[in-house]
Amino acid sequence: MRGWLIPVVLLAAAIALPFVVPTYYVQFVSKAFIMGILAMALNLAVGHGGLVSLCHAAFFGLAGYVLALLSPGYDPASLLLTLPAAMLAAAAVALIIGALALRTRGVYFIMVTLAFGEMLFFLFHDTGIAGGSDGAYVNAKPEIAIAGHQLLDLASPMAFYFVVLFFLIATIAVLTMLVRSPFGHALAAARDNERRARSLGFPIYRIRLIAFVISGAIAGLAGYFAAAQFGFVAPQMLGWHLSATVLVMVLIGGLRSVTGPLIGALVLIVLEEVLKASTDYWKLIEGLIIIVIVLALPGGVRQLWPMIVGARADGPSPRQAAPPVAESRHG
Amino acid sequence: MDLVTFGVQLLNAIQYGMVLFLVASGLTLVFGILGVINLAHGAFYMFGAYLAYWIAAYTGSFWIAMVAGVAIAFVVGLVLENVFIRRLYGRDHLVQVLLSFGLILVIDEAREILFGKDVHSVAPPAWLSGSIQLTDNLSYPVYRLAICGFCLIVAALIFFVITRTKIGMIVRAGAENREMTRVLGIKFDVVNRYVFAVGIALAALGGIVIAPISTVFPGMGDGMLILSFVVVVLGGIGSVAGAAVGALLIGLTDTFGKVFFPSVSSILIYVLMAAVLLWRPNGILGRREV
Repeated sequence: MRGWLIPVVLLAAAIALPFVVPTYYVQFVSKAFIMGILAMALNLAVGHGGLVSLCHAAFFGLAGYVLALLSPGYDPASLLLTLPAAMLAAAAVALIIGALALRTRGVYFIMVTLAFGEMLFFLFHDTGIAGGSDGAYVNAKPEIAIAGHQLLDLASPMAFYFVVLFFLIATIAVLTMLVRSPFGHALAAARDNERRARSLGFPIYRIRLIAFVISGAIAGLAGYFAAAQFGFVAPQMLGWHLSATVLVMVLIGGLRSVTGPLIGALVLIVLEEVLKASTDYWKLIEGLIIIVIVLALPGGVRQLWPMIVGARADGPSPRQAAPPVAESRHG
Repeated sequence: MDLVTFGVQLLNAIQYGMVLFLVASGLTLVFGILGVINLAHGAFYMFGAYLAYWIAAYTGSFWIAMVAGVAIAFVVGLVLENVFIRRLYGRDHLVQVLLSFGLILVIDEAREILFGKDVHSVAPPAWLSGSIQLTDNLSYPVYRLAICGFCLIVAALIFFVITRTKIGMIVRAGAENREMTRVLGIKFDVVNRYVFAVGIALAALGGIVIAPISTVFPGMGDGMLILSFVVVVLGGIGSVAGAAVGALLIGLTDTFGKVFFPSVSSILIYVLMAAVLLWRPNGILGRREV
């Protein structure tokens, strides 16, 4: 019974939220949801595929740039046209980078994805595409219109929130189906024991590439809405610092679940907001917190839960309740 | 392009490649021996440059700045290995990536607190600050030549230590088969600590020697980190000789790319990397099996 009760309660809370809190918080939660979509997308590659990618910000930023480039001056762009275009562009680039990077393993893969991600950063930074290092504006938020009739204008924070919420739920649904499908099992098998999965006849390279491309496309979905919300795109959107920050969200949320990274995104964004408000040296504190989390909670903040609850209910063995994810990944 | 210009560009390429080699050899050593991927490597390069600026400004001597900067980086490396890095041995790459990312944030903020975020320049030593007149309107700075010479000496030293000394033997054995070397009674705790400190010191040294010909600015470590990664991917992880080959290749590609194809020069090295990945996914001098 608890299985469906919690999601329903959370969904009801998410729907009720914009009617009870001020606009600022509606926008803040929209931003957190967008980063949650990005983190969940990344986790398809990292957690389920075992592919530690440091170039997902490039897919995210690229999709944002597609919206900026396709926006017609000061008129709103059509979401139904520009969103697929943005996701397709992200998927196409993910296909190229993935096809090359997946020829390598482990630490090589990390370095190669990082390098290709930075290549895209420099492409937008050094050349004149969409304003170079200054970035470009998205003057009007996109609208959903059919045959000239405007159905929904994303300029209203409330409408924007619900559209993002819709895509958040869609992302969770798609990722959950993927992970539970035979494809998802094959992907996990390749992560846990590549040699064995290969000898069972799974086309590892193709499976990983497909997962990487889907992951890149969903990262593009997040980037599209991020660009629409901020009304501005800059090369920093593609930079690897964002990729690493999203990896932190994934780790905080836990690698083995679909929605964990969403929680990780919420935790990290709230944390950043609190730190920024309370100290000038927030990066120092954030860095130290990241280090502590990485060393103490390799399974994410969810690991705290069995520690707290388990210690009370099942007696003293919180460590056994949650084996560190990192150690179980060798094999 | 006449021969003199070509020669000047070639020297630039070699000098650029040599500095890259200094930084990347530290990265590849740390990965080869410790099995740790250190994203904070570029941050130490940046920190080295700021240390050089700061010490040179206080003492007025570039040489003191160089020696003190490398020494400080070495000690910081020892401390960091002891406090953080040794907890990463044998751990997942993701954990290593994120811990070193946390370190970057800490080092960046430490730099901001200690030195601020201004852009600085450092004066080269007086007797190296001149330039050699090549033709009527072409001259070459002596300091750049000195960098080439200096880096060659450091590179020769690294190769000598690795191929000819007992320490080098341990380091090579460790890179080849860590477990076996441990079983043979080598105390890896100590080896690891010093290798990491040397790696950090090499990154800082790269930042120090580059400081007089480039500006010292907060983001300089990021670019260097990416370039070092490309060098390591080109050459093969853990191979110092591979790092030398990769660094020179990038120096040549980048310098001559800017001369011949200025519009696409910034992505040429990545095209090179993609080509090497298609040809030899484990790097030019990397082992076939990983």
